[in-house]
Amino acid sequence: MLGVAVFIASESVFFLAIVLAYLAYRDAGLVTAKANLDVPRTAIFSVALFSSSATTALAARRASRGWLVATIALGTVFLVGQGSEYARLLASGIGPGRELFGTTFFTLTGLHGLHVLVGLVALFALLAAHIRRPSALRPVAFEAVGLYWHFVDAVWVVVFSVVYLGTLL
Amino acid sequence: MTAIPLWVRRPAGERVGWLRTVDHKEIGVLYIGMGVAFFAVGGLEALLLRAQLATPESRLVDPLTYDQAFTVHGVTMILLAIVPLLVGFANYLVPLMIGAPDVAYPRLNALSFWLSLVGGIILYFSFLAGGAPDTGWFSYAPLAERSFAPGPGVDYYILGLAVNGAGTIIGAINLTVTILLMRCPGMAISRVPLFVWMTLVTTILILGAYPALTAALVMLFVDRQLGGHFFDPAGGGQAVLWQHLFWFFGHPEVYIMVLPAMGMISEIIPVFSGKPIFGYRFVAGSSVAIAFLSFGVWAHHMFAVGLGEMENAIFSATSMLIAVPTGVKIFNWIATMVGGRIRLTTPMLFAIGFIAMFVIGGLSGVSLAVVPIDLAVTDSYYVVAHLHYVLFGGTMLGVFAGGYYWFPKMTGRLLDEGLGKLHFWATFAGFNLTFLPQHWLGAVGMPRRVFTYAASTGWGPLNLVSTIGAAILAVAMVIFAVNLVRSLRSGEVAGDDPWDAFTLEWATSSPPPPENFPVTPAVSGRRPLWDRKHPELRDPS
Repeated sequence: MLGVAVFIASESVFFLAIVLAYLAYRDAGLVTAKANLDVPRTAIFSVALFSSSATTALAARRASRGWLVATIALGTVFLVGQGSEYARLLASGIGPGRELFGTTFFTLTGLHGLHVLVGLVALFALLAAHIRRPSALRPVAFEAVGLYWHFVDAVWVVVFSVVYLGTLL
Repeated sequence: MTAIPLWVRRPAGERVGWLRTVDHKEIGVLYIGMGVAFFAVGGLEALLLRAQLATPESRLVDPLTYDQAFTVHGVTMILLAIVPLLVGFANYLVPLMIGAPDVAYPRLNALSFWLSLVGGIILYFSFLAGGAPDTGWFSYAPLAERSFAPGPGVDYYILGLAVNGAGTIIGAINLTVTILLMRCPGMAISRVPLFVWMTLVTTILILGAYPALTAALVMLFVDRQLGGHFFDPAGGGQAVLWQHLFWFFGHPEVYIMVLPAMGMISEIIPVFSGKPIFGYRFVAGSSVAIAFLSFGVWAHHMFAVGLGEMENAIFSATSMLIAVPTGVKIFNWIATMVGGRIRLTTPMLFAIGFIAMFVIGGLSGVSLAVVPIDLAVTDSYYVVAHLHYVLFGGTMLGVFAGGYYWFPKMTGRLLDEGLGKLHFWATFAGFNLTFLPQHWLGAVGMPRRVFTYAASTGWGPLNLVSTIGAAILAVAMVIFAVNLVRSLRSGEVAGDDPWDAFTLEWATSSPPPPENFPVTPAVSGRRPLWDRKHPELRDPS
């Protein structure tokens, strides 16, 4: 558990560097961001991810398979949402090579998305272990995966605020 | 010749093998082996550089090969030799010193070693895959962008360093948790050996610094492979962002490389002075101060960039400030020796050599923190001399001290003292002959990273002296290799505690059994083994 906490501390530095790079180039990309990002739609997908923090907490408290499945479902909804946003942007010609906005947007949200994916893999592994032999699973496994998932969620609070809500300013 | 098991004293017939082992001692030895191997490779690269520079207008190697050699030499020595050597010693020693049976996550420990090694192999694979990186170890943008470095070298640099860094980060997590949670009864954090203290501070530095490097590498990857513009001025990006991110990693990295070596000599000097360390709390506390300050000095690598007067002044001040906690340690070591019964064994010689050489490197560092001086000698051989006094004169002499000191614990045999002293004096002479003249070369204007120079510059004689010094250093390393091989085979049997030492690693057999201590030790002071041997002389606790 302390290991995961230390890992998260180190991951925070990683995301801080990427977020700072985004902020450093924010002004240069603001016009493109305002014209192309779909804030309301992404807000809905974000709610799915935010609420998955609650379901993962419930899963940890009760060692519950149902809440675990709910967490995985909500995380998947978020990734599908992000995928559709990517598809729309790419279709309108905005990729990582298109101006500083594209470079910073895809790097920051893409790295976050990869972390969500890793979290989903961990949740799946936890679910599989729980189905095979619930008794062999120590509570710390739920707590450790849960802590990582909360972190992925918290990073999105920052990324959503900086990237999406930032276009409303 | 007595048969002594190497590295771990396993029950007869039990073999685990290097590929499968999760024992912290064997993983420590793997790390050290990796460090030694890459140290040899990086040393050969350095000899190539020195051979080329021995005479003016030499055409021994072409400029491209020269650029690749100094790039790979730097990356190799820093990330593939020094860091693995230090992490290896920490892996082997920390659990023993705190009375633990292993690290907190033994399997993760194996993963971190193999990631570190694979990262190094990826970097070297570039030689076979179309060219090694040739952009310098800090690989500045926009030079490292695809338009200026079209070959695959920089891509291997990115991938190799990212994988190697992941291994180092995982290793740091493991050691942090081990030190915080696995200490034996009575081993309060205010009692752990100073090597453990410095390792803890180092792992925290790794956790804060390496992710910035990974982030920078990811951005460079996006630029090179996905057409991004992070560091591409033509696309609106800023090349200086790379410098900020790189040195935010790069300067703490210097302390990552030197603190564990300081930890080693903080163990060695007290034992061979027959006294406890002078000012334990100051040695530990000054490390914490160094750690904090080291995250606030990175732009002293960037004085010549033109950040502005105010920025330069601030980073100049913090850089001078960090010399204070470093100086505190120097005084502590000297005060430990004063009035002691000093035994000038090989480990002690190397430890004293560390202090002397590190003071020179530290002072030239303070001079470089003065902006006008830095502007005059930036990117010159003065900087090359400075960093080698810190990393070779400091860290590597510390690593040799640690090697001679703990080799008997790891192998059950002592390294030969005669060859050891020869190794020390040859290293000391060769090192100073190589790098002392480089201060002058830098001061009179010889830039670093040039593959040759005109005879009319007058730099020839000092360069020749420097190259002769490098050859002496090479001889010293051969002496060390001979000593290693001979002592492994037929060195004097060490016993559990050959140095009359203080700390727990000497309380178990040499080499230790897989579980380290048959009975979990309990301690009541900072020198548990000393207290056990000399109950009448125990430290007041």
